[in-house]
Amino acid sequence: MDHLISGPSGPEHTERRAQPAQEPLPLFSAAGPGAPLQIRDELNNELTTLNLGPTHPATHGIFQNILKMDGERIISGVPTIGYIHRAFEKIAEHRPFYQITPLTDRMNYCSSPINNMGWHMTVEKLLGITVPKRAEYIRVIAMELARICDHLICNSILGVDTGAFTGFLYVFQEREKVYEIFEEICGSRLTTNMGRIGGMERDLNATAIDKLRTWLREFPVVMREFETMFNRNRIFMDRTEGVGPISAERALNYGFTGPNLRAAGVDYDCRVMNPYSSYGDFEFDVPVGTTGDTYDRFMVRQEEIWQSLRIITQALENLPEGPFHADAPHYYLPPKQAVYRNMEALIYHFKIIMGEIEAPVGEVYHSVEGGNGELGFYLISDGGRTPYRLHFRRPCFIYYQAYSEMVVGQSLSDAIVTLSSLNVIAGELDG
Amino acid sequence: MAETTASPITMVDAPDGLEGQGFFATSLEKVIGLARSYSLWPLPFATSCCGIEFMATMGSHYDISRFGSERPSFSPRQADLLMVMGTIAKKMAPIVKQVYEQMAEPRWVLSMGACACSGGIFDSYSVLQGIDRIIPVDVYVPGCPPRPEQVLDGLMQVQELARNESLRRRNSPEYQALLASYNIK
Amino acid sequence: MTNDHILSTLRARFGEATFTDVEEQFGLLSVTIEREQLIEVMHFLKEGELGFTFLTTMCGINYPNNLNRELGMIYHLHNLPTNTRLRVKTFFPVLDPVVPTLTPLWATANWMEREAYDFFGITFPGHPNLIRILNVEDMDYFPMRRQYPLEDQTREDKTDSFFGR
Repeated sequence: MDHLISGPSGPEHTERRAQPAQEPLPLFSAAGPGAPLQIRDELNNELTTLNLGPTHPATHGIFQNILKMDGERIISGVPTIGYIHRAFEKIAEHRPFYQITPLTDRMNYCSSPINNMGWHMTVEKLLGITVPKRAEYIRVIAMELARICDHLICNSILGVDTGAFTGFLYVFQEREKVYEIFEEICGSRLTTNMGRIGGMERDLNATAIDKLRTWLREFPVVMREFETMFNRNRIFMDRTEGVGPISAERALNYGFTGPNLRAAGVDYDCRVMNPYSSYGDFEFDVPVGTTGDTYDRFMVRQEEIWQSLRIITQALENLPEGPFHADAPHYYLPPKQAVYRNMEALIYHFKIIMGEIEAPVGEVYHSVEGGNGELGFYLISDGGRTPYRLHFRRPCFIYYQAYSEMVVGQSLSDAIVTLSSLNVIAGELDG
Repeated sequence: MAETTASPITMVDAPDGLEGQGFFATSLEKVIGLARSYSLWPLPFATSCCGIEFMATMGSHYDISRFGSERPSFSPRQADLLMVMGTIAKKMAPIVKQVYEQMAEPRWVLSMGACACSGGIFDSYSVLQGIDRIIPVDVYVPGCPPRPEQVLDGLMQVQELARNESLRRRNSPEYQALLASYNIK
Repeated sequence: MTNDHILSTLRARFGEATFTDVEEQFGLLSVTIEREQLIEVMHFLKEGELGFTFLTTMCGINYPNNLNRELGMIYHLHNLPTNTRLRVKTFFPVLDPVVPTLTPLWATANWMEREAYDFFGITFPGHPNLIRILNVEDMDYFPMRRQYPLEDQTREDKTDSFFGR
């Protein structure tokens, strides 16, 4: 591996500018989408190559950008990814269905419950299992809490990248409280492996509901403080308005989804378009921006946090009584007391744990609204115990392509802020 | 355990030494060890989920800066403790090694999370099965991800190592042999 | 816009024989075409009356037992205003893994095709930058193909007997 050491992270030579540029360089190549940017490299017009990453304090994960700069302006950027490629799709071909849930956790790890529930819903669609209402409402609560966590990280780190560290500390304190709620629901803080195929693994106990109610009372206060610090802050607005814009047409062409697309003006939200898990029962708005710049992305996420709070409040108030899992003995573990007494339960327990349950043949594509956009699961089952092919439609991977186009002509500090506002999670990017 | 009548503030125990009127004599090693252990500046090499748990450890609830790690340094030249947090893929391995080589002695390595310790749940073709394949590791913190309390416990173990380290260790032939076994100059 | 309408429009435009293996699973229409007609069909789907302007995702697939159709590309399209989805598949032999590129139509196809190249070895002539994207650059095989195992065969520290292999 030694020969690779001088590869991606070795510093390139820098050149001094001999004389100022005669006229502004063209910002976009005329060759159309997907073509590499043509850099006008005439005589005496020397550019600096800057290696941004893979380890860099301002990148939220490890991905690299090699920027060609004219002084402080960026002329082009070539991203390199794959520094945390963990071969999820290959691993998924060798794991029974319930063992794939911990893998999905680690894709967008800031909002693991959404990934978990999305996977469970895909399998339930394939198996034809209907999940009872109570389980669906609990899932919605978990997913919206996860969405709030994801947006809080993104926005507070955006604040840190512009130099404002305090918001990060306030917000992480609130995230600790959400972690406590997650612990009550599933036992784990961050990578939750929450829920099971067919529902939830346990009901919401009284402690969880208590903690949730307390949090729903206290969090809006902290959120308003956070808003006061950032939303109309002169410095923050100067740093983020007009930075890294993208038009709606380009965004759709690039396959943007989620808050980044909504900031550009397109109100595509999977929860509204294909309501899953009883999202149709809840009343919420979908915030949409105008210019698709960093400030719009920040504000869309801020507003989505408020809308998620609305959904959680409605779900908690209207939580229906009933079972928290479907009656699917082939896929949902029987209760332990039944396993000790009942022969059938013992057999199902054995078969499920040993991964001997076979799934029906079929192909299903299901998508949920992840923290970053449409998180899709394309599952091809050939009747075996493990999927034949599982493809994750990872929103970060798809929209990060546009980054090089978004930062052309910006200064380096603007490029950092744009990167933060896109909320690129390395786990989802590389997968 | 502190008694109810004692002051709630505990002072660090002074090392063994000779105390007199206006002076305190002890070995240089002990003093330097004491100073180093309470000011370990980490380099958070955060790659994935463990990075988010580290951010929680840095937050005000668990507060790693109580332990002296006030200033996370992203420049290896200015860091004492390399905390590798998250999965290291084979593509990333040369970069970890390069960052480690750029650190100045004395340097410690804390491997946080199952992926950094041994590859974790990702036994696949693209993941390095533990960073101790390429750099020497001092403390392993298992977990997926480890709770912040575990990370702080790992940090305290590194503090213990720093406190008791001989000043000559980094120049000793055993240490040089260790680095040579990893092909680190 | 129902699946029947999509199918009949496509058949009227390109002929019945173009679309094989037509199925509808869980409400999603899926058609299989030959790679020679991929660009035409995709262009019609995007720019024509059916309005599938959003390329949701694409992925490769390997069926080693289908002679002369071992590799495949599967595209998912989405018509946002009417909320209709469509799946288009195309298969080709492993000895000639060449598929036309969709980058002139959708900018998002750039990295998706690089991923398909990285995982399956499918080449896309006309792609602006077809190099590996997720794996190390000097990897000499295509790991997602079914013949290759999941684990790294050169690892020294994991004894297979402990893992039941």
